[in-house]
Parts: sequence; structure tokens; C-alpha cells
Amino acid sequence: MNFSYCRLGSLSLVLWLTGCQPVTVSNSSQGLVYCAEGSPESFNPQLVTSGTTIDAISQHLYDRLLDIDPDSGDLLPALAQQWQVSPDGLTYRFKLRPNVSFHQTDYFTPGRYFNAEDVVFTFNRMLLVEHPFFQTATEYPYFDSIEWRHRVKSITALSADEVEFRLNQPDSSFLSVLATDFAAILSGEYGAQLVAKQQKPLLDTQPIGTGPFKFRQYQKDVLIRYYRHDGYWRQHGDLQQLVIDIVPDNTKRLAKLLTRECDIAPIPRLAELQMFSKRPDFKVEQQTSMNVAFWAFNTQKAPFDRVEVRQALALAINKLTILQAVYFGQAEEANSVLPPNSWAYRKQSLSQSFDPAKAKELLRQAGYPDGFSIDIWAMPVQRLYNPNAQKMAELIQADLRAIGVKARVVSYEWNTFRRKLRQGEHDSVLIGWSADNADPDNFLRPLLSCAAAVSGSNRANWCDEHFDQFIAGAVQTTDTTQRRSYYLAAQQYLQQQMPLVPIAHSKRFQVKNSSVQGVTINPYGGISLVHAGKTP
Amino acid sequence: MILSYLARRLFLLGFVFVALTVFVFSLNYLFPGDLVSNLTGLRDISPQTQQQLQQLLALDQSLWQQYIAYNRRLLAGDWGLSFASQQPVLSEIMQVLPATLELAAYALCLSLFAGIPLGLLAAVKKDSLLERCISGIALIGYSMPVFWLALICIMLFSLQLGWLPTSGRLGVLFEVPTQTGFIFVDILLADHISRSAAAYSALLHLAMPTVILAAYPTNVMIRFVRTSMLEVLEQNYIKTARAKGLSRSQVLYRHGLRNALLPVTRQVGLQFSTLITLAMLTEVIFSWPGIGQWLINSIYQRNYPAIQAGLLVVSSLVICVNMLTEILHTLFNPLARKH
Repeated sequence: MNFSYCRLGSLSLVLWLTGCQPVTVSNSSQGLVYCAEGSPESFNPQLVTSGTTIDAISQHLYDRLLDIDPDSGDLLPALAQQWQVSPDGLTYRFKLRPNVSFHQTDYFTPGRYFNAEDVVFTFNRMLLVEHPFFQTATEYPYFDSIEWRHRVKSITALSADEVEFRLNQPDSSFLSVLATDFAAILSGEYGAQLVAKQQKPLLDTQPIGTGPFKFRQYQKDVLIRYYRHDGYWRQHGDLQQLVIDIVPDNTKRLAKLLTRECDIAPIPRLAELQMFSKRPDFKVEQQTSMNVAFWAFNTQKAPFDRVEVRQALALAINKLTILQAVYFGQAEEANSVLPPNSWAYRKQSLSQSFDPAKAKELLRQAGYPDGFSIDIWAMPVQRLYNPNAQKMAELIQADLRAIGVKARVVSYEWNTFRRKLRQGEHDSVLIGWSADNADPDNFLRPLLSCAAAVSGSNRANWCDEHFDQFIAGAVQTTDTTQRRSYYLAAQQYLQQQMPLVPIAHSKRFQVKNSSVQGVTINPYGGISLVHAGKTP
Repeated sequence: MILSYLARRLFLLGFVFVALTVFVFSLNYLFPGDLVSNLTGLRDISPQTQQQLQQLLALDQSLWQQYIAYNRRLLAGDWGLSFASQQPVLSEIMQVLPATLELAAYALCLSLFAGIPLGLLAAVKKDSLLERCISGIALIGYSMPVFWLALICIMLFSLQLGWLPTSGRLGVLFEVPTQTGFIFVDILLADHISRSAAAYSALLHLAMPTVILAAYPTNVMIRFVRTSMLEVLEQNYIKTARAKGLSRSQVLYRHGLRNALLPVTRQVGLQFSTLITLAMLTEVIFSWPGIGQWLINSIYQRNYPAIQAGLLVVSSLVICVNMLTEILHTLFNPLARKH
């Protein structure tokens, strides 16, 4: 009698458990869930540089004048159908695509198609102080770093479908700038409407673009919801809804992938890639990204102002161990700041590899036979180019001990870290760079030019007129062979001077549910879901 | 008689609230940072506004006056701004509180519906295998930490079996605007979605947190009901009833159960504070957007106005529920009224 209760109980438990069929939580094949690692800082790509924000907003909401072919790095027509460069390289004329419609949402109904006014509105914002929206943002980080106001003289609409950019000097990287995710085209009509309503800040928080999805809802730290833009000018997948679920915790993001609460998740931990690559229901996608992790020396401080010292430190570290321990083999050893898939890449001679004996000798020559102490600043956050700076710093610390240099690993909270870096308080720092476009200029100028040393993105605080001449010469010609020779010279010069030690070019990974197709990872920027679809 | 009892209780309630507000008010002084910032939630206050705020907050007057002004603002709904979002904390709490109440209410119901029958069964079938099974399970459940249980369940039901989602209240693809904050009501009010699919998704999301949150109170309830019932069954009036010739079931339900359940009403109130504490843990583990998670985030962010307001709301809730169950207990129990 008493037994039967127990049996009944366990039986019903078993029945209840087996009665449930495995459920798909995101059961609609019309919607896709992308699990992002953080909240976006803004909904306007002009105002940000963080990869997280770019992934979450730029390719979904906006179009650019030009696109970059993810495979070849060539420029493709997008909102601009054709373009012409004047023989002196100072004038760029774009013929715009007709019948491109902006998003229609609760807060804006477009009254006209996309035209030259929108282009002028978009790019004058960063150029002209009298532009109604110039003051609404404190800075335009990408455009400031490439000295937009210096480069561009004027932007004029020649007719409704033709736009002309006039530059101050020839600049062969200019088209690449227009193809970056930051050069998203905004709606001038929407801007005018906001000015009339005196709601200017909304331009950057309630976005209107021409992209494949339109904005619907945003809850900070929870989710972003986009709806399909039905009048999109390109062919696009049949997704009705795109939800960006914000899951900062790495483990939770992976768990959500496993339970199908997420369809795609970026930056999985390299250690867990193995598990996903074995399962048939998931697909791991990788792409060699245009990025570099490096160890920069503060060349304004002794003893790092000495070339021999920098050379010695570069020779002392074993990059192969770092590749194994930090990247789990999922990265390429870096010989130059430029990644090997860049057209201006120069294969370096092997003399630069790991050689502690020679490093010691160089230190002796420089007058430091007994070594010295050095602080290595390791960034406290995980980034695509460097998944674990702390570990990398510890490995370098061990390598340096072998040549008699005492290293101390230092880290601060991320905002403090960046502020102190800008103020040049570091000895050396482990950090990196992800490219925004395929142009080599995008690596060399923001990282090592004198202008960047002033604006703070030059972590080596290195200002060298020879080097600046090389990169300035390279953008003043459009002849690729000639440009290449400038860049090769610049890279050779860098190898001699060694203001920073390039360490690795990491690959970009994301894991997706096998039922999702048509996702493109762009080596220069955000993820694109234009053609994405789901098989039920 | 009852009225004077109620009056006494209300007086006590008022006294407890005074003590609570005094404590929360004093936190403004005890927290690090600027007093005006702590009280209003404003940051980087300019000297002029500082002056005005000092007037408004009665900071130029005695502590007693400041406390009065503080209470006046509380009653007017002016609870200051959150440091993190610069939104009024009260409206933020109103957004997250329903989620917690919902979770706690379902867990409480579950613990009553499962705990009381099992406890009774254990008492009636004293010294049988069934009783030992129930008591054993109750003891294990009682001693298992809730976060550990939650993680094990996520491992099993979400990651291994893939039956239940790991976090949130609803599949993110369902667009359900927050109107009341209670998910099922909101689903009913939402347009353009498949309501049945959304409700099913909400149910799946609710299942694991509710069961896990209910685990501890259920087991307390089982043990409590069992002990209480056993005590009642020893009473003389039960023997009398049996001797009168009433059937076993009549004795149990009419004389045993009623008397055994009286202390349970009181127990519900006592369990409520534990339940809220456990709900906070559960919310963090399951990313449940309730007040617990909100409060814990506020602590991480050193968001003092939010910590104060959260403390005030949660404590008031617990005090009110306690008081209510106490009063109910007294109303149902003539013996208690005599004291």
C-alpha cells in the first residue's frame, strides 16, 4: 500500500518528464536572435568606435555610399552607383542610386526617396560647425582620428542624384573611408524634422537609415528589436524580425546558444570552440580579421627612447608560446603591423624572431648590462585581437626575466586604463587595433603618426617625421605600385625603429545554429545579416 | 475587541515604519559621497542648484526637520533619481517589482499546494515508508543551497535535455510591451503576436525559477505541517471525536486539518521574507528582470539612491505581508485573540 504511493509518484514523474518534447524556444523561423556581448553606446555609427556597437547597429540599420567586398577587399557600389575621381585626385563625384527608401517607423514617415541632400547632411555634420547637429555630439572619434575636417574641403549636391566631395590634398584612402561602417548615411529629412521639433538628440538614439532592418525597441542591457524594412533596395532574406539579445556573460551566451535561445553569438571563448565544432547542429565560422595585437613602448620615457632597448625587448619575447597559450593556435604570428591579407603587407626577414642571447647583447650595448624594470600594462577587457592580455603579460614577464629585465604587470579598470594611457603614464602596454577598412593607411596612421600621438591613439607616443613622410606620400598618389612601395618602406622603417612589437593577428569567430544561413562576417567591421534566413 | 486589536497592530505597524524610514534616512549620511547627491540622485551639481537643493531638502535646518522633509518627499513619490540611469527610482522599481511579485507568488502557491498535502500525508502515515520518503526529500531540499540547485537544474534541463530556457521571462522574439508588469496579463493585452505561443513561452521560462524558488519553502512547509498535524492528532478533542464514532476522514478534515493549518497561516508570513531573499538569488541566476537583480546591480554600481529605495520597498513589503498574515491568523484563531 505504502509502496504504491512511491511507485505512483515516480511513475508520474517519469511520465511528466518524457511527456515533454524538446522545445525550440525561439520558435519563429521569421525572427533571428543575435546574442551580443554588450549594449551599444549609440545608434549612430558616426559617434562610436567600439566593435560591439558597430556589430549591433551599422550593417542592420544603415547603408554606405560604397561597400567593401569581404573576400577581396575591393570597393563595391552601394548607395553610390558610380564614382569618378578627377585627374588631380582632389574631386570625387558620386552618382547616387535612385528609389532608395528610408525607414518608416512610429516616429518618422519619409516624404521622399534618398538623394544628394542626405549625403550632404550626413557628412557635413562632422565638417561644419554651423551644421545643426555638429554640437549635439562631443566628438566623432573615427572621423576625428582620420582628420576629416583637415582632409575634406567641401561637400556639395550637384543635383538630386549627384554629389561632389572636394579634398584639400589628394588622398587615395578616401574611398575606403566612405566604405567604413562609420560612414553610414542618415536621413536629412529626419534631421530637419527633429530640428523643427527641437528634439535633436533623438537623431542618435532613434535611428532612421536605409538599411535592411528598422529600429523598433531598445531596452538598455536587455535587448534591441529591429523589424524588417520592406522597401529595402537590395534583395534580402525573409527575416521579419531581428532581436539583439544583450548577454554580457560569456558562459550564459554559450548556454543560450545550446538551448537555442540565441541563433548566433560572437566571440566565443576559444577554449570552447572545440566543443561547438564537434557538434553537427552548430557551425563555427571563422575569418582572418584585419587586426593586430601589439606591445607598444612609451617612446617618450627612458629607456624606451633608445632603439637598441626596444629591439632587445622585441627579440626577447617568444611569440609562438603566446600564440599557443593565449590564442589556442587560432591566430597568426604578426611580423608587421599590417596583417598578411593586406595588399601592402611586407614579409619581414627572419632576423626578428626570438633570440634572447642577441637581446642581452643589445641591452649591454645600450648600457643596461644588468637590465632594468618595466611596467607592462595589460588591458582588463577581452577583445577580438587579444582575448587575454593578462595572460600575455605574464608570459612576456617570464621571457623578460631571462634577459634580466624585471617586469611588473599592471592593470586598471578599463575607463581609467584608457585615460591613463592617453596621458602617457605607461612604460609599455599590451593592446591592439581592428581595422575599419581595407586600406593600409587605416593601420599606420591612427597607430603611429604624429597626429595620432597628439590625439592619443598612438600608444607608443612615437612621432617620427620620416615615418610621417612615408604615410603622407602614400596617400598622395593613386598609383597602387607606388603606394605599395611607400608602405613597404614604412614597414621596413618600423622594423628598425620598433616603437611597438606586433604580436598576433587573431581570427574572428562566431558560433551559429546550423539552421541559420546567409550570415557574412566582414573583416573590416560589423556582422551583416542582410541575406540571413532560417530554415525551420 | 477585534477593533482594538487591529488598532494595536496598526499602531505597531506605524512604529515599525517610522523605525524603517529613520534607518533609511540615516543611510544618506552613512553612505560615502555627497549628501545632496545621495538624497536626490543628481550628479555633478552646480553651486547654484546645490543652494536650491539645500533649501528644498531642508538641509539648513535641524535633523528632525530634514527627516520630516524626507518623509514628505517619500509620500509625494519623489524618491530621487538613480545614479546609473538618471531616471526616477520609484518608476524603475515599479517596472521591476511586478516580476518579483509574480515569481514569488507562484512559488508561494506552489509551496502551499505541494507542501500542505505532503506534510499531511507524512503526518497521517506516520512511521511508514512514505513518511520516511517525504521527510527524507524534505530534509535534502531543506539543506540544499538554492543557487546550487539552480545551476544543476540549468545543466540538466537546459543544457543537457534542452527542454527549458536558461534565462529571461519570455522568448525575446515576442514583442510584449510592459503595461502591468505581470507577464501573462501583458501577453493578453499585447497585439500582433500569437498569444498562445507567447503564453507557452512565458510558462516555459517561468517553470524552472518557480520550482527552484519554491523548493525551500515547500520543504519548510512539509516539515511544519507534519509537526503541527502530529501535535493536533495527539489532542484530546481528536480522541473525543474518534470516540464519538466519527469516521477517520471526518476527524482528519473537520477537526484535525483546520486546527493544524492555523499556525500555517502565520508561517506563510514568516516564510515570505526568506522567499524574497531567495528570489533575489534566483533572479540573478536566471536573469529574471525583478527587483532582486535590480537591487544587486545597484549595489555593484554603488547606486545609493537605488539601494535605499529598494531597501525601503522590499522591507515594507515583508513587513506588510507579515502583519497581514498575523492579523488573519488572529481572526481565524479565537485562542490567539484572547492574549
